[in-house]
Amino acid sequence: MSENVAVIGIGHSKFGTRKDVNIAELCWESMKPAFETANLEPKDIDFFVVSNAGMWSSEAAIPALIAEYADLAPKGSMRVEAACASGSAALRVGYTAVKSGMVDLALILGVEKMQESPNPNVIELIGRFGSYFWEFENFGLTFPAYYALHGTAYMMKYGATEEDYAKVAVKNHYYGAKNPYAQFQKEIDVETVLKSPYIAWPFKLFDCSPITDGSACVILASEEKVKELGIDEKVWILGQGVGTGTANLSRREEFTSLASARYAAEQAYKMAGIDIDDPANYLDGANVHDCFTAPEIIAYEDLRFCKRGEGYKLIRDEQTYIGGKIPVNIDGGLKAKGHPIGATGVSQAVEAYKQLLQKAEPGRQADINKGRWLAHNVGGTGHYTYVTIYGLEKR
Amino acid sequence: MNEEVKKNMEEFGFPVIVDEKSGAMQWVDMRELRLRYIISVENIKPFYEGLREGKLMATKCKKCGRIFFPPQKDCPSCFDSDIEWVELKKEGTLETMTVVFVKPPSFGQYDPYPVAIAKLDDGPRILAWYSGDPQQVKPGQRVKVQVSRRKEGYLMYELAPI
Repeated sequence: MSENVAVIGIGHSKFGTRKDVNIAELCWESMKPAFETANLEPKDIDFFVVSNAGMWSSEAAIPALIAEYADLAPKGSMRVEAACASGSAALRVGYTAVKSGMVDLALILGVEKMQESPNPNVIELIGRFGSYFWEFENFGLTFPAYYALHGTAYMMKYGATEEDYAKVAVKNHYYGAKNPYAQFQKEIDVETVLKSPYIAWPFKLFDCSPITDGSACVILASEEKVKELGIDEKVWILGQGVGTGTANLSRREEFTSLASARYAAEQAYKMAGIDIDDPANYLDGANVHDCFTAPEIIAYEDLRFCKRGEGYKLIRDEQTYIGGKIPVNIDGGLKAKGHPIGATGVSQAVEAYKQLLQKAEPGRQADINKGRWLAHNVGGTGHYTYVTIYGLEKR
Repeated sequence: MNEEVKKNMEEFGFPVIVDEKSGAMQWVDMRELRLRYIISVENIKPFYEGLREGKLMATKCKKCGRIFFPPQKDCPSCFDSDIEWVELKKEGTLETMTVVFVKPPSFGQYDPYPVAIAKLDDGPRILAWYSGDPQQVKPGQRVKVQVSRRKEGYLMYELAPI
């Protein structure tokens, strides 16, 4: 058993419309830098996990595809799926495999090539991550609509406005503009968001994350392996929590919070030794699952960066910019960086590594004083939530 | 198949197109898959029999009294499948709503549709289309469950303002 597990290598493809590459080429784009930063070769890897939701892209056996393309055969592998949290699910598998002592080096690859299918087909398929039979078949809930039901409930209960939601998009585009890997590297203003067409009321086009191609890769190592390889640059996984929600939204008690996220956060904080009543004080920043604007605000509350009902004030007061109470999504988030479903959770791990080791691009590096970073990755609408905490020092 | 693909197949020999924005060459898949699932409703037949008569039926565990909606045939609290069907009162209070403007292609024949979640007076919640004007909805809006025929021709429940 390995007491601690570290991220020792990272890679990130350019996110966006990637008609210039096929799936295997897109995978290699993030695998190559992951091997290089870890100073390892494919033959060194004991086990690899691929997160990919698929359906919209042609290849299903991606682990085998990259085993062939990147010389990973005959090492063990699997593909995992947890909707938009697939990337964190893959990390979970790799993390537990290394922690258990079964393997010393695990490669985690998240990839999605959503634009192999036309947008209407993606809209059709992505609405099916909840209860297909009871909520999609007869009522045509789309992915934005699922979250819009939460956005509406939140506005009704706490008095937040569509303008508050727009401010999340403005922040994330502000930082996306400084991230060379982001799909949208362009700043926007509140007006742009408010004037964009409705997708699922109260969400407009600029409240929504885009349809994205991309890949991200990390290499995990046991504590012993870190010593043996003499790795200087790494971040440790201090804790991870995971929760699951009901398939039907109608089986839930409330729509201003995600129960699975609160559950996952509690576990992660406990494991990482973070005071659940004041987690922001232990963290230098966070990546939260802003597939839409409102869920970023709900995440502030589920993660206890503020009290319930006060999340919208954090964005209103610009407290989640660098220099505020806690910087959030300063890589552009899903909103501006893009949201290649299977790659998103792994991309968040890459960002945690870059931020903690102060390797983020100019203008988007947080001050690192506490040495901890949080990633919150949600699949479906709280159908799955993973909260992972990374740190410079082992526990 | 679009004309450009046909043309390229004849002239160049392969089903390829050049992506307008990037200029990158794309192979257009020759294998099209249409999905239509066949889903068992054998154990929830009373739900549909009730709906035909305008009733909203749920299952109830005979041992612990727990009510399930959407209905399910097994009670995980009691490890028991001895359930009975009960009719729910069809009135409740609307809790949240959205209006779907960008629709899945399979809902293309419909205008933008409001979807709401209501808490029924009997306890369970229900998610369905809202047939009223979404702009007239007030906090605490009372709603009733009614049955209407869909454009596809089948019966389905919806929420209507009271």
